[in-house]
Amino acid sequence: MADDARSGILGTIRRAVEGQRDEAAARAAVADRLARHARNVIPLRAQLPPAQQVELFQRMAQAVGATVELVTDPARVPHMAADYLSNHNLPARVRVAPDPLLQSLPWDRRPMLEVAFGRATADDQTSLTTAVAGVAETGTLMLASGPDQATTLAFLPTNHVVLLPLSRLVGTYEEGWDMLRARGRGQPRTVNFVTGPSRTADIEQTPQVHAHGPGRLHILLLADM
Amino acid sequence: MRSTAHAFKENARTAMADPDLTKALTKFKTGFPLKRAQAVAALPEFEALRDAGKAIKDHTLAHLDLYLEVFEQNVRARGGHVHWARTAAEAKEIILRLCREAGAKMVTKGKSMVSEEVGLNTALEAEGLEVVETDLGEYILQIRKEAPSHIIAPALHLSKEQVADDFRRVHTHLASDRKLSEPADLLTEARVLLRDKFLNAEVGITGANFLIAETGSTVIVTNEGNGDLTQTLAKTHIVLTSIEKVVPTLEDASTLLRLLARSATGQEFSTYTTFSTGPRRADDLDGPEAFHVVLLDNGRSALLGTEMQEALRCIRCGACMNHCPVYHAVGGHAYGWVYPGPIGAVVDPALLGIAEARHLPNASTFCGRCESVCPVRIPLPKLMRLWREKEFEGKLSPPAQRWGLGVWAFVARRPGLYRLATGLGMRVLGMAGAKRGRFRSLPLAGAWTAARDFPAPAGKTFQELYKARRTGVHHG
Amino acid sequence: MNSFPEKPRPRVGLLVTCLVDLFRPSVGFSAVKLLEDAGCDVVVPEQTCCGQPAWNSGDRADTVALAKAVIQAFEGCDYVVAPSGSCAGMLRKHYPEALADEPDWAQRAHFLARRTHELVSFLVDVRGMRGVQASYPGTVTYHDSCSGLRELGVKAQPRELLASVKGLSLTELPEAEVCCGFGGTFCVKYPDISAKMVSDKAAHITSTGADTLLAGDMGCLMNMAGRLQRLGSPVKVRHVAEVLAGDISAPPIGQGEGEITR
Repeated sequence: MADDARSGILGTIRRAVEGQRDEAAARAAVADRLARHARNVIPLRAQLPPAQQVELFQRMAQAVGATVELVTDPARVPHMAADYLSNHNLPARVRVAPDPLLQSLPWDRRPMLEVAFGRATADDQTSLTTAVAGVAETGTLMLASGPDQATTLAFLPTNHVVLLPLSRLVGTYEEGWDMLRARGRGQPRTVNFVTGPSRTADIEQTPQVHAHGPGRLHILLLADM
Repeated sequence: MRSTAHAFKENARTAMADPDLTKALTKFKTGFPLKRAQAVAALPEFEALRDAGKAIKDHTLAHLDLYLEVFEQNVRARGGHVHWARTAAEAKEIILRLCREAGAKMVTKGKSMVSEEVGLNTALEAEGLEVVETDLGEYILQIRKEAPSHIIAPALHLSKEQVADDFRRVHTHLASDRKLSEPADLLTEARVLLRDKFLNAEVGITGANFLIAETGSTVIVTNEGNGDLTQTLAKTHIVLTSIEKVVPTLEDASTLLRLLARSATGQEFSTYTTFSTGPRRADDLDGPEAFHVVLLDNGRSALLGTEMQEALRCIRCGACMNHCPVYHAVGGHAYGWVYPGPIGAVVDPALLGIAEARHLPNASTFCGRCESVCPVRIPLPKLMRLWREKEFEGKLSPPAQRWGLGVWAFVARRPGLYRLATGLGMRVLGMAGAKRGRFRSLPLAGAWTAARDFPAPAGKTFQELYKARRTGVHHG
Repeated sequence: MNSFPEKPRPRVGLLVTCLVDLFRPSVGFSAVKLLEDAGCDVVVPEQTCCGQPAWNSGDRADTVALAKAVIQAFEGCDYVVAPSGSCAGMLRKHYPEALADEPDWAQRAHFLARRTHELVSFLVDVRGMRGVQASYPGTVTYHDSCSGLRELGVKAQPRELLASVKGLSLTELPEAEVCCGFGGTFCVKYPDISAKMVSDKAAHITSTGADTLLAGDMGCLMNMAGRLQRLGSPVKVRHVAEVLAGDISAPPIGQGEGEITR
């Protein structure tokens, strides 16, 4: 039955399109499009010199309810994370993605902060991750699953803190895809574009943050260039 | 889902008598168009993006078989499975089997209109599975045993008081003094309850906004994050989607994503856009162990190569219904099936048959607002008109309507007769209505005069008067 | 825009439209005056209906017959102009579609389509009219009829000419671009829904405080006038051409000789 369905559907499609195309040319066009993965229309707003890109990213992220802070010294990050937790009256515990950058931070300088690496559990209130890229166009973070990043970290905890090196800030989604391809590890199981904290307007069209994903998204922009 | 599209008129009457619905639609009909207009104004390339979006979809549809094959191949290369379903029944059978193989007792679901189309929940529940909708709006509808009234704002038609009553009825753990008067209270209650379901479900089912041939990825777009918890925490992730959702590359999807949220909710971008490719990898820290994609046809391939093919460009943003004055008047349930509004008026007759859905393409003033906002430029009025043509040719339209139109066309095709008949008719009407200038009722015009007066004609036609003026002859 | 060598006085065929022909001859005379003021020679070929009701009802055979008759009737004209966005839209957009299967006729339909215009946009865009010699004491509001607006881009032109009418002030109508619920046969096929739409429209019109409602299409005007009058509203309803031509000798739409309005 399964094969019948497949050949049935593809057969109907072929009968409809065949008369309208040259088969060899069609196959070549498809192969070419997939190989080139050309960009289509790219908004001018995202084609900016780096300094303005930072400004745009910050503005767009804040417009959707994320908070953004600049960091110049990575050694400051454990302090900033700890302060963030205490400012929001959160327990001094953070679940951290086992990313080399995050593992290399001097966590011992804030001994009262409980740090655990790995995927999120149901009890975690706060997570810290990096991102593959930040997309200035809409203030979007691009996260990819792998041994250094768990998808649950971006969805289970109520508070998500992201450390984004400015060297990973790009203008457009397309540049983000190129950065991902350049890693040479193929398409990960999960790529998440995250734009602000979770939200819903399903009850009386009233916008509310904190639906099922995090209610707070805090972005630390690390000046590494 | 069982269709009541044939009862559109009665459905519409009931809907217009519902004060909660009217209140919701009043807010909706200005709110959504305004937000879209603001998002479009902030992106000068928006019209060029619409052209690009249309071009991507047209190219893909012209090579649909090839892109589906590439998509399938890439899903498999990443360890996922692809299942093909010709009909709703086949899709349900496949998913039921996958749930059994996964040893599932509970299934969580992200929002999926294709799932509504095939009636998946009923089928799974009949086999003893607990099925939990996790999108807030869909969850509310599930406990009310109702269908969505909008494709992206499913519980649009409900008030917060109605939702509070439903929660008190179904969530028996609630203390009687628990405050549920504000949307925030209701959201908190739903979030806590559903969190448990996410953590305990064996299977998570989502739909897909796009499929990407290049990588074998499925894409979901949400604001709540429910789809991600659904598909990340369960051991098995099943994607139920339809064949026209495929696009060639990540770049093509990116272009369509620039159109989607702006057209749908007026957001620059939805909160979460997730690309899923195969099951979790050996060194991944989380994610599902199995990944299945069910590709549904259900009548879509039959539209290829016909004038209706353009409807397959649809990316399900809902902009057409957000801007439709008929939808604004009656809401989504009146349409009687899964897809309401202008796109429903085009797609539903294709999937249900024109005899069942004949009202939907007729219930349009052809104001053209839907086409003017469609992100992939589907000529919706044209396609609705084509359904009317099929209906007219099949002699399915009501006899009185055909008769009235037939008489008019018979006269209009004969200029001499037109001159005679209209000259006489207008003289009679003109004399009868001259003093007051209008009629409160007229024979054969009850549909008009139920709600409005009928302006009286001047008594003579322009062509008579003009001829007289030109020749200097004055008629009495 | 047009591919014709500009004649000193182009020959313009007036497509009267059946609603104007039957119900509102004054609009036809206003159109003639405005076209003549814009330096055109106006002719009125014998005509019936453009076929739009048949087309929108899926009746292709009758549409095709009526379209051919219109094409023949207007073939000697440099332009075809209609005091209606929806009838002009029918000729411009839908005749070529309706006749697509007959190559000779399709060509003639395209030739006609390129020469066809809605009245007010013709005056402004083709004839370069920038103002009129007319006066109308009062506050008006303007409804943008759907076909004119979305098929032909009629939006700024009527406002530009109305701005030159002495004594007239325009208050914009909220939701001016939303359909009034007429929709040709729609209003009798789905009277309940149409009534809801025109009721919303009437509420917006009333909210402007304007004493006169103007628009460029008789169908919409009769629908809105009928609803306003059923509600007992004193708002006067007129086709924009009457005000631009300075000819308001006919009583407002739906008002009789027995009613003193102005």
